[in-house]
Amino acid sequence: MSICISTYCSIRNNQIKLNGEALLTKGVEVPFNEFIKSAYDLNASPYLKFFKMDDLCKLAFITSEFLLKNRKLSEQYGAENVSLLFANTSSSLDTDINYYNTVKDFASPSLFVYTLPNIMLGEISIRNKFKGENAFFVFDNFQADFLCNYATQLIREQKAKTVVIGWVELLNENYEAFLCLAEETPNGTELTNENLNKYYNG
Amino acid sequence: MDALIVKLKTQIIEQLNLEGVSPDDISPDDSLFGEGLGLDSIDALELIVLLEKNYGLKIENPADGKKIFATIRSIAEYITANGKA
Repeated sequence: MSICISTYCSIRNNQIKLNGEALLTKGVEVPFNEFIKSAYDLNASPYLKFFKMDDLCKLAFITSEFLLKNRKLSEQYGAENVSLLFANTSSSLDTDINYYNTVKDFASPSLFVYTLPNIMLGEISIRNKFKGENAFFVFDNFQADFLCNYATQLIREQKAKTVVIGWVELLNENYEAFLCLAEETPNGTELTNENLNKYYNG
Repeated sequence: MDALIVKLKTQIIEQLNLEGVSPDDISPDDSLFGEGLGLDSIDALELIVLLEKNYGLKIENPADGKKIFATIRSIAEYITANGKA
């Protein structure tokens, strides 16, 4: 069976799209914090830890909530068989800067825990009870070929049965998130560089 | 003491980003950790920072933390006992 992209979700320019369909749109003048709170309210699944996350985690978390809504991947595939493969350009720099600014006065423990980008993977794993392999990479831009090859290898070598592929970037109110689910299924679009790029750019 | 308790509630809600929690939701004798307000270990560190930043109090012995941070009232009593209220 082919490895396919079964679902995908993007958040950029204050708009959430799931499988190409707009779910929430706000004006570009709306600040990120206000927009992401609206997205949280729309998802209507209470998770108070959300409010303690940094902006990068909030972005990744909300995108994953929409992507994985109505899916119970841990039950379907087993918790150890769900992998996360994420990348971005700015790592956790946005929070690193915020944390640095607190160090001058009183260092914030709650900011410090978010000064690594792979905390995103941890937050999503905790929420969904995923225990599979996860990896985070830093690239200059979206690398469909790398992500496609890595996810394919994970599934073909039976390290995972499904992979959440993600590009989650945020720095100084500029943000972009794209997540998709790769799995062996007859219902989806084949996981190829071209299709991944197409959905990312869509 | 009552005024300090009210002030502490507001400071804690703000410092710990307790979304949807109002001062009236927290009883001075509610446990802050575990069954009560459900705070975690990072929140405990934030409370230590809060005490130092707002009241100039440093907790020298970590073992005292569990008793001091048991409830809002115990924090208020610690602040008062150290003459920082």
